[in-house]
This record gives sequence, structure tokens and C-alpha cells, in this order.
Amino acid sequence: MTTFTPKTEDEIVEAVQWALSENAPVEVVGHGSKRNLGRPLQTEHTIAMSEYSGVTLYDPDELVLSAKAGTSVAELETLLAENGQAFQFEPMDYGPLLGQAAGQGTFGGLLATNLCGPRRLKSGSARDHVLGVRVVSGRGELFKSGGRVVKNVTGYDLSKGMANSWGTLGIATEITFKVLPAPETETTLIVRGLADDEAARAMAIAMGSSGEVASAAHLPVNVSGRVIDGVLKGGASTLLRLEGFAPSVNDRATMLKGLLASAGTIVDLSGDTSRKLWQEIRDVIPFVDGTEQPVWRVSMVPMEAYKLVASLRMGAAVDAFYDWQGGLVWLRMEGEPEAEAVRALIRKYGGGHATLVRASTSVRAALPVFEPQPAPLAALSKRLKQQFDPSGILNPGRMVAGV
Amino acid sequence: MSGLLMPKADDSTMSRRSDIVTALRAIVPGEGVVDATNAMRVFESDALTAYRQLPLVVVLPQTVAQVSRVLKYCHENNVKVVPRGSGTSLSGGALPLEDAVLLVMSRFNQILEIDYPNRVAVVQPGVTNLGITNAVEHEGFYYAPDPSSQIACSIGGNVAENSGGVHCLKYGLTANNVLGLEMVLITGEVVRLGGKHLDSEGYDLLGLMTGSEGLLGVVTEVTVRILQKPATARALMVGFPTSEQAGKCVADIIAGGIIPGGMEMMDRPAIHAAEDFVHAGYPLDVEALLIIELDGPVVEVDHLISMVEAIAYKNGASTCVISQSEEERMAFWAGRKAAFPAVGRISPDYLCMDGTIPRKELPKVLAGMRELSEKYGLRVANVFHAGDGNLHPLILYDANIPEELHKAEDFGADILRLCVKVGGVLTGEHGVGVEKRELMPEMFNEIDLNQQIRVKCAFDDKHLLNPGKVFPQLHRCAELGRMHVHRGQVPFPEIPRF
Repeated sequence: MTTFTPKTEDEIVEAVQWALSENAPVEVVGHGSKRNLGRPLQTEHTIAMSEYSGVTLYDPDELVLSAKAGTSVAELETLLAENGQAFQFEPMDYGPLLGQAAGQGTFGGLLATNLCGPRRLKSGSARDHVLGVRVVSGRGELFKSGGRVVKNVTGYDLSKGMANSWGTLGIATEITFKVLPAPETETTLIVRGLADDEAARAMAIAMGSSGEVASAAHLPVNVSGRVIDGVLKGGASTLLRLEGFAPSVNDRATMLKGLLASAGTIVDLSGDTSRKLWQEIRDVIPFVDGTEQPVWRVSMVPMEAYKLVASLRMGAAVDAFYDWQGGLVWLRMEGEPEAEAVRALIRKYGGGHATLVRASTSVRAALPVFEPQPAPLAALSKRLKQQFDPSGILNPGRMVAGV
Repeated sequence: MSGLLMPKADDSTMSRRSDIVTALRAIVPGEGVVDATNAMRVFESDALTAYRQLPLVVVLPQTVAQVSRVLKYCHENNVKVVPRGSGTSLSGGALPLEDAVLLVMSRFNQILEIDYPNRVAVVQPGVTNLGITNAVEHEGFYYAPDPSSQIACSIGGNVAENSGGVHCLKYGLTANNVLGLEMVLITGEVVRLGGKHLDSEGYDLLGLMTGSEGLLGVVTEVTVRILQKPATARALMVGFPTSEQAGKCVADIIAGGIIPGGMEMMDRPAIHAAEDFVHAGYPLDVEALLIIELDGPVVEVDHLISMVEAIAYKNGASTCVISQSEEERMAFWAGRKAAFPAVGRISPDYLCMDGTIPRKELPKVLAGMRELSEKYGLRVANVFHAGDGNLHPLILYDANIPEELHKAEDFGADILRLCVKVGGVLTGEHGVGVEKRELMPEMFNEIDLNQQIRVKCAFDDKHLLNPGKVFPQLHRCAELGRMHVHRGQVPFPEIPRF
């Protein structure tokens, strides 16, 4: 059992070449904050990137940030905030949901799992902001892709290819991201007491308006009290977040209140409370309960999401809330994960995919954690894996059994 | 055709031409197969007209099943295929090959579904970029990426090239606005990536496909995000005595937390050419002109206009005009949008280059271009997507003067080398195609390029799709497979372990 903690890029290359020469599969981690997500690994050896850290380029005027893969996301966010900037895709922190401490995630993990938050629809996910990467492939070769400028179509976009690859294609050593100005201010409008279907319609109206809604979410009555210290308990809450320059936010808030006047009572939250609320939605705080009760992250056509939840409730005890601007439904099952039921209903309601984000190790080993792909697509993904990592030494089986 | 070498035509394919035509006719009936030389002439070039080549045969399928059968036939019979949308590529990406079927997707021209509550449109790849906006604008929506050729270019081609435009800084490239694809692999297999939902599952094949220049698969359906049109848009036209001041103004706007809907710069030769052509009211006594557009709610735009105006004057602007009407805003843009034809009036020919640089390197790159201009004895005019560092130097030449095209090409290559040298890239939006293929090693070493070719191998192991584009030399996939690490050969004692 060996753990490598490389401190230079050369050492990362050498560690992979060692693994190749020994035919010894390795687990690739940062601090392991998302280790309990995905299929459990059986590898003996680990490459821990946590000591390969540091910012290598930050040019606020150019909107670019490059850092080594082991750099803490929390540190980078602090650095950006000091310069009035942010990762606009709001990387979620899986730590609390998976029973780990908050703030442990690394830059490499952020890209490998394609993190994002409730600004997803407007601002995209990590893959929409990555500009360039340096990567050690499963062949033990260092390659680069992309660059440090925001407009670049030179060659294939292997930087995006690394997104959501869960460390199975290569080890990103250094990553360059586009960063953007942080919003000057924010306000959240809260419509109280809507049923799930009414909320879906209200959010569609708001988001189809010129109100430039940055995030939208619906917390059903039993979830509403589990955020921001219970302030919203006692009724369902449908949340619309407005961001930007103060005069613009005020103007849009007035317009949206008019547009939704017939939907129900509207209250608003602003500043730090609003920020805390969205951070808790981003990090799925309503389902942080110290258990391994199955939690699903479902990405599907937003207007169909409430139908999935209603159908599931006919047959199983399920708790749900909607990160609508993220196009997500978060589900917590009281009993078994109900994988087939969830996936069959997603197919019925317009397609999408479900990821079993939290479950016991034995459940994750037995069920497909990620959405199974149709045969031609699965074969293509397997061929891609072989081109990057023909010996299958990087995180084998993390996403799909046998790959 | 200038000195560029395309892969040698395969004699066996050429000798089978009539069999191939017959087989294709069995798949695509009627006028869907074009094999007469005269009729194929219209397809011999894309928008990079310096290069011309008649294809082996042209096929225009109408259904996904036909695309699938054509590709399957070509795969089984080792026939190369060049996919094409509207053929507006500026880098020769859709240039035919003598021994390849030209697969033209223009008959896939239907908008299949518009879903306003979920804010997506599902369209066939031959629909034009502007066609999507036209279909949804009566409901107050639009499709954001807006390449200059948007009236003609197809959305399938936009996916192949990851096209951008003026709006990209704020609203992203094609890659950020496409949610799903249906595509056909060279084997004829039909696969779907993503859909109306956000985030495709598994590897980001959607990200790999976007900008892959027709080398990985043929797109048969595209799901795009549509956005609510901003309530208003206003523009500022700002002139500066030096390009350095204009560049600093751009940096200060962004540092001020403002991301304009569009921010474009023109240099003196481009300003003069455009003003002479469209009489937009551009100042002629400045070295650099910025057009900055702010869009969004009325109060926000008013607020930002005053912020940007102050930043402009702080940086030494000699003129600053704010549009007071839609007509005036359009007039500001008229000159910029007509810059290419305007330059066409002052020179018999020009070559449009496309490199991206870190914005702060602009003064250095402009100075370098002036030196190169003297070296080659050719003029250059510059239009520039200032917000995202994407330069479009227009190199003026006369094709009737022997060797001038060659000189212009060398000049262009030197400009792109300079872009890479200051931390930029070879192409910001036009693609590598055949035009910049030989320059790829300026940016990538052999390992970098081989890893890209390996992606190609995963999709198309026989290299039948659009060969000769993007990569300077083709390795067979098997040749890429060599590995040099053997057990025990390297001890790695220096790696920290515990």
C-alpha cells in the first residue's frame, strides 16, 4: 500500500509511470472530500495531489486564474473575493453531504467532477469556464490542451474532456479557469406556500421574463425549514435570486413582484442571508443529516421535475427539493435507493440522468452510481478511456464497472 | 491553390468512383447525389476561397437513417467523408478532398421543437444561426452566439467550429449554449449526447465534439439554449489617441466588474476604411476606436453607461458618443460589421487572420504587426473582439501580383506565431482547418498533438472523417500506441511515499 504525494509535475509523471511499470492501479485524490461518491475503488495505491498546490497565474484584468490541481478551492475563492471576482459557476461543496468537513475540495477535484451550483443555467458548470489544462495521462505522458485566453478553438477541447471524467482519463496537474466579476449585490424573492406544480409554473414565468433571474429553487414545506436556521419554516418557499448592480436588482425585483403578484405572498431576503441561503441549497444542506440514506442528484427537463417527484411519492417515501436553475431535483429516499424506479420515471418524463450521490459502500458497489449509457455511447466512452489510459490504471471502475 | 499539401488521393477510391456513386444513389434517391463536374463546382470551396478542390461526389441526405447508411457504407468501404454545413468556414474546414464524399447537411433545415418554458430549441443542423433567433424572437427570445456569418452559417457548422461572435464575452461560445446533440459516428451508429436537461452524463463528449471541425462525427440534431432578449441595448463609440489607452480602457471596464454585451476595437486603417464605406460617423483623427455595447434592464444599462463613460475619459478618450436611439446604436455597429467588405474596397484581396491574445499584450502585438508590415511590404488593418482578446488582422494584398498571396500567408503565419508567443492561441473562432494546420506545432508539442489524435482514434479509427484538416500529420492509430515503460526500468526513488 503506497501513497504518493508528488510535489512537482515530474513526480506526478513518475508516479504514473511507476504504476504502469508495476501494472498497479491507483486511486487519484485531492483531500478525498468526494471519495464517498461514485463506485468504490479497490486499488492498493494512491496518488494524493494535495501537496501539489499553489496559484501559478492570476490576472484579474484578464479574468484568468491558473493553479495547481491540489490547491484548495476555498483558498482560491477567498483570493478571488479579495479582488471582487468569483467562479461564477459556484462550485458546490460535497463535503457536508458525504459526511466530511466542509471546504476540503481541490481545484483538480472541481474539474474532475464538473462542479457547479444554482446559477447553473445562467452561468454553466466548471466545464463552461475551463480554458486550459496540463494533464498526465494514464500513459504516463504529460500533455496540455487549451490555453489562458477566453476565446480559443485551437484543436480539440481536451480541457472540457477532463471535466466530469472523475480522474479516469488523466491527472490534471494545472488548470486555468475563466473567472468573472462577483455580483455587486443580491436579493432573493420568496413566494410562500406554492405546491410543486404551481412553483414550477411560477419559476418558468419568472425565468422567461426579462428579470434575469440568476438562481431559482423550490423548497417544499418539509424542506423549507431546513435552511438558514429555520427562518423559512411553516410553508413551502419558491426562491428567485437576483444579482447585479443595485439599481438593476431593485428594478427587476419590482418588476417580478408585479409579475408574480397573483402567485402568493412574496417576501425578500438580501445580502449575506441571501448568499447563505443559496450556499446551503448549493451544498444540499437540507439533506445533511449524518446518515447514509440514499441521495440522488437528478438532472432533467425542469418543467417535468415535479411529475417525477409526485410519481415517486406514490410508491416510496421520498424527500425532494428543486434546484430549478440548476435543472436539478435532489431526492432523499427513506429506504432503498429505488434506482430502477427513479431512472424509469426520468425516461418517462423527457429524459435526463440520475446520479446516486450518497449511499453506503455496498449499495454503491452494487448499483450503477452514474446513469447507464446506451450501448453505442458506452462503447465510445470505453474507447476514449482506452486512448487516455490503455492499461486502466487511473481510478479503474470509479464511474463504470470494468472501465 | 497555394503551397498547401493535402493527403494524396487514394487511387483505389478514385478507381471505384462509379461504384461509390451507385451505392450512394441507392441510399439517397433523386437529386440527393451530385456527381456531374459542373454541378459539383459550387461545392469546390468554402469561404476560404484561396483553396479549391472538386470532391469525389456530393451527397445531400435528408434523413438521419440516410446519414447513418452513407457513413456505414463509407466506413465499410474505406471511403473518406468531408461533412459540411453551409460551407462558410474561413479556415478551409469544409474544403472537399479529391477522394472523399462531400456530405452536405443543408437539407436538414427544420426547426423541430421550441420549448419556451424550458427555454430550449431543438433544430436540425442545417438551420442557420440567425434562423433560430428568427423563429423565437416574436416571443422575446434569441440565440446568443452570433458569428458574423450568422445569416448564412448553419448551427451544425457552428457546433463543428465552436463559433462565437460579438456576444461571446458575456454569453459564451457555441459550446456554452448547446445542451444536446444527436450525431452519427463513422460506423453509422447514432448516439445522443445531453438533451433538454443541463449537463450530459459521463465524459463530456459534447465538449469534445464542439469545435472538433467535423473530424469526430456528423451532427444530425442540436438542442440549444434560447435566452430572453435583454430589455434594452445601448452602445458607446469611444475614440482614443493611442491603442494603449484603448486597451487600458477595456481592462478597466472589466476590472470594474462590467461585462459588456459586446466590446470591439478597430485600428486607424480599419476605421478609415469603414467610415469611407458606410459613413457611420466614426472619428478619423483617432488611432483606436472602441464600440462598447451594454445590454439588460433599462436602469442597469443607464447605470453602466455612466460608469463606462467615466472610465473612458479617465483613460484619455478624445471622443465618446453614447447612442440615444436604436438607429444610432445600429449606426455605430454598421461600420464595424462592414469592416471586412470595407477593407475589400481598399485592397484587391485580403487575408483575414484569427488569433487570440491576453488583452494586455495588445500594444506589443500591434507594434509587432507594424514591424512585420514593413518587413513584408503589405498593409494590415485590425478589427478586434476587444473584450476577449480575439484579433482579426486583415492583411491586404493583390493576388495578381506574383508571390503576394504567398507573402500574405507568411505574414499571417508570423502574426499567429506572435500571438502564441505572448500567451495566446492560433485561432479564436475560425478554426484550424487546412489554413493553420501546419502551425499547430507552434502551440502543441508532439505528445499534445498525439493525445488529440488519440481522441480522433476513439471516434474514427480509420481516419475517414475530414482527414487532412487540423493536424499537420496523420499517424495511424496503431502507431500511436507505443509505450516505452517497462517493469523495473525506472526506479523513481525520488518520489515521496509513505
